[in-house]
Amino acid sequence: MPKDHGIGASQKRREDVRFLTGRGRYTDDINLPGQAYVAFVRSQVAHGILKGVDTSAAEASPGVLRVFTGKDFEGVGGLPCGWQVTDRFGQPMQEPAHPVLAQGKVRHVGEIIAAVVAETYEQARDAAEKVVPDIEELPAVVDMRAALADDAPKVHDDLKNNLCYDWGFVEENREAVDEAIRNAPHVTTLELVNNRLVPNAMEPRVAIGDYNPGTDESTLYTTSQNPHVIRLLMGAFVLGIPEHKLRVVAPDVGGGFGSKIFHYAEEAFCTFAARQLKRPVKWTAQRWESFMSDAHGRDHVTKIELALDKEGNFLAVRTETLANLGAYLSTFAPSVPTWLHGTLMAGNYKTPLIYVNVKAVFTNTVPVDAYRGAGRPEATYQLERVIDKAARELGMDPIEIRRKNFITEFPYQTPVALVYDTGNYHCTMDKLIEIADLDGFEARRKASEEKGLLRGLGVNCYIEACGIAPSNLVGQLGARAGLYESATVRVNATGGVVVMTGAHSHGQGHETTFPQVIAEMIGIDESMVEIVHGDTANTPMGMGTYGSRSIAVGGAAMVRAAEKVIAKATKIAAHLMEAAPEDIELKGGEFIVKGTDKRIAWGDVCLAAYVPHNYPLEELEPGLEETAFYDPANFTFPAGAYACEVEVDPETGKVTIDRFAAADDFGNVINPMIVDGQVHGGLGQGIGQALLEGCVYDENGQLLTGSYMDYAMPRASNLPFFTVDHSCKTPCTHNPLGVKGCGEAGAIGSPPAVVNAVIDALHRAGHTHVTHIDMPLTPARVWQAIHG
Amino acid sequence: MYEFEFARPTSLAEALAALKAEDAQPLAGGQTLIPTLKQRLASPSVLVSLSAIEELKGVRREGDTLCIGAATTHAEVAREAAAHYPALAALAGGIGDPAVRNRGTIGGSLANNDPAACYPAAVLASGATVVTNAREIAADDFFQGLFTTALEEGEIITEVRFPIPQAANYQKFEQPASLFALVGVFVARFADGVRVAVTGASEEGVYRWESAEEALSKEFRPDALMGLRMNPANMIHDIHGTKEYRAHLVGVLTRRAVAAARG
Ligand SMILES: Cc1cc2nc3c(=O)[nH]c(=O)nc-3n(C[C@H](O)[C@H](O)[C@H](O)COP(=O)(O)OP(=O)(O)OC[C@H]3O[C@@H](n4cnc5c(N)ncnc54)[C@H](O)[C@@H]3O)c2cc1C
Repeated sequence: MPKDHGIGASQKRREDVRFLTGRGRYTDDINLPGQAYVAFVRSQVAHGILKGVDTSAAEASPGVLRVFTGKDFEGVGGLPCGWQVTDRFGQPMQEPAHPVLAQGKVRHVGEIIAAVVAETYEQARDAAEKVVPDIEELPAVVDMRAALADDAPKVHDDLKNNLCYDWGFVEENREAVDEAIRNAPHVTTLELVNNRLVPNAMEPRVAIGDYNPGTDESTLYTTSQNPHVIRLLMGAFVLGIPEHKLRVVAPDVGGGFGSKIFHYAEEAFCTFAARQLKRPVKWTAQRWESFMSDAHGRDHVTKIELALDKEGNFLAVRTETLANLGAYLSTFAPSVPTWLHGTLMAGNYKTPLIYVNVKAVFTNTVPVDAYRGAGRPEATYQLERVIDKAARELGMDPIEIRRKNFITEFPYQTPVALVYDTGNYHCTMDKLIEIADLDGFEARRKASEEKGLLRGLGVNCYIEACGIAPSNLVGQLGARAGLYESATVRVNATGGVVVMTGAHSHGQGHETTFPQVIAEMIGIDESMVEIVHGDTANTPMGMGTYGSRSIAVGGAAMVRAAEKVIAKATKIAAHLMEAAPEDIELKGGEFIVKGTDKRIAWGDVCLAAYVPHNYPLEELEPGLEETAFYDPANFTFPAGAYACEVEVDPETGKVTIDRFAAADDFGNVINPMIVDGQVHGGLGQGIGQALLEGCVYDENGQLLTGSYMDYAMPRASNLPFFTVDHSCKTPCTHNPLGVKGCGEAGAIGSPPAVVNAVIDALHRAGHTHVTHIDMPLTPARVWQAIHG
Repeated sequence: MYEFEFARPTSLAEALAALKAEDAQPLAGGQTLIPTLKQRLASPSVLVSLSAIEELKGVRREGDTLCIGAATTHAEVAREAAAHYPALAALAGGIGDPAVRNRGTIGGSLANNDPAACYPAAVLASGATVVTNAREIAADDFFQGLFTTALEEGEIITEVRFPIPQAANYQKFEQPASLFALVGVFVARFADGVRVAVTGASEEGVYRWESAEEALSKEFRPDALMGLRMNPANMIHDIHGTKEYRAHLVGVLTRRAVAAARG
């Protein structure tokens, strides 16, 4: 019988009642009395000297309150970067200033040159069209290789060049890896591009700044995955507002995928302008603004070499990557191609020697930062593609070559710093073979052939590292933030529970899953538990939701706080029942004196805590509320095996995904239905990257894919029915719930499966000259590859 | 959007009168025009909606001709034309998504003449007649390159008259992002010959592939196209496909359309 309550129950998402009935409250739903509107004037050129901005006509335009330019921000801090990477020579990365509004130069299409605040949005836009920037256009730096040439134009004149850092990992292994590759019996080499993506959350970004001159308090309403981080970065580094005078509220958030982690110029602007004008200032992104101002994802160009012996044992991996950072350092940008990418290059395999080199490059494009998976998809893609190629070169089965190299003993120290605490890669592979019906492939292939279509099968594994931690380690790696999570568990007098968590849902279903954990611990119904998140005024300082960390880190903090609450309630119960606390257990919502029929209900104990008439006041404070901060001992390591079957139309190059199976190990699972949904969404995004999505700039830095007319998002009709399974469970060994996180797995594990499948289809049809096609595998590219 | 006046006349005569205002523009389904306005790329003084004019709506058969009112939505054509001209109904049913099909109209699509739109291929391959408030325009004269038609200032399409072919088929290969036609080929076989119209592919907009017409008029079989190659020179080249790819698709889709039309 599947459970219907507590941990492991597929409870329906309670937040969906409001989301599906139009009663969600998103930032754009907030309208404050006296609110003014801002329209931003964005650069239409990728690179140029900003000689001046003529705002006179705009200022005279009806309804305009004020026009701001970079000059207004001269004494104001820039947008900070939250991670400092040290290069392979021990030097800190080159870190350019990142002004809120452009100063002196524009560096990408979409950069804000001026901001017009007016009584209505249309008036603001009318006036914005009258702002005349005086820009002397400079040649744009778009291609990363060209950006690194000695005579390349510089994106930032005050830096030495366009190289942010040249990172080597593990630098001490460099020569040993070179040597192993030189002497290896077989080396497989692959050059590939991890295509640039635009995040495209369904809800565009919104910011509303508000200021109360009576109290000197500022409030920012914003579409954020981590309001406390925004408060810290904007308050301390940009605007100089102490945290006790600054409140950041992120109400319902309609998707983020990473793009709403970062602190953006528009947030700082609205908060700043509200203080200047003493009126609320609101901005809601148009979709075209999202395309040119939300931080993009991926954009790596990589060469990977895999050295093997004749039997297919992996001997060494060496990679060289160029990583595009765009024009400025977005909040966590430097960490993505380094610590979130290089440390994953062992994958699921016991490769003894690994060396990763990353050159991170400034270009005249939108900043690039973490996007669902962040670094781990890039690592997985190159590794799983090169393994497939190696298997083909050695005439080995792609599943067997993987199995042969699987890590089987845990904990496992990889040569790239991480220690995997637990896992069972054969289990997920066995499961995959079963649920994907790989035995039936040949029959399906024949059926496709009769229709004139080429069927291919792609299989791969993935591992990811979630819940980045511990703080003292990431601090050594350059993080300028802690990576703990927090929770306050407040029990009301009548036994209901409110959990105030520093994690923040932007679609993950925390309001459903977090109560399931509390309900399980106390033995009460989920309907007695409420989750509060997204507001710095009523949640403890937390780091927010990204990196599949919410349940693994935030959930663990909540468990710790709930344990403290239960320990105190047990003492109160012991007092009330005149027993020793050690003799009392909490079961099914009652405190029971072990071995007796003495019991007292949870609600009665809670009431006693707040109406302490009969209460051990000398030993215990009244009330029932506890806070915990949880800093994990290690990452968690979800892993799995994926299989994709495609049909390729050889006449047009069109790829259709016929079936997709995912066998994941997420450790313990709180709500299997929500986990299925997270995997489905991740697979949709991964398949989108593999087949459809690709952000393209021309050589002048103009964004060619600036709308849905040219940027192809995955649609339901592009996706097959997914077969997903998470019955292989190796619980995380170091967090209290044994959970690992599931939010990014689908997006990390699926792109190589799709590409492997297409290459397999072409090889089976005799197109053996095609060893690789870069994503997205559009019909035109596949056709070109066949005929090229 | 910029500010504009809005008129919603109930007769053609009123609409024409309203369109006499300077910078007035007809609004049909708004599926092209409204996004254009939102991006502030157009600034009409008056929008004259055609959506309340009954005489511009509906699908009617007159002998071997199917007459479709300019303000008829794609969804209505998909439904109402199915019994008379299945290939045309199928084309209409494959435009955009349900929301687009419930608003967008045949008149709006033809007046706009997007190089990747579907209807122009049907109109040209059928040898249809575009009827306006002032005159009748043969399909061969109507389309004049990207977003350009024979329509004069203030002239509006009232109806489109399609001769019904013996057999026909439309093959659309979708551009992955917009789902407009990366290339679309409409093949129509009449007693006196075959017409083939290609959309999405050429820098000059929808066009007839005459050598294919000639070959297919002699012999209406996919094999009749063997050895015919579309010249890529005038094809569109963009991030979704090269000239060569589009030229290749014209051949593939024409063959498939012929095979499908033969049933
Ligand atoms: C998401 C999406 C997907 C789409 N996919 C496709 C597709 O796959 N294939 C395809 O062919 N099209 C597609 N379209 C376009 C769609 O067919 C539009 O409906 C069409 O282009 C315009 O028709 P409309 O009635 O909306 O015209 P409107 O947008 O109202 O008007 C378009 C232009 O025509 C003028 N106009 C309108 N009616 C008349 C008239 N009777 N006489 C003279 N001028 C007139 C208007 O003034 C305007 O300039 C898509 C549109 C969208 C939004």
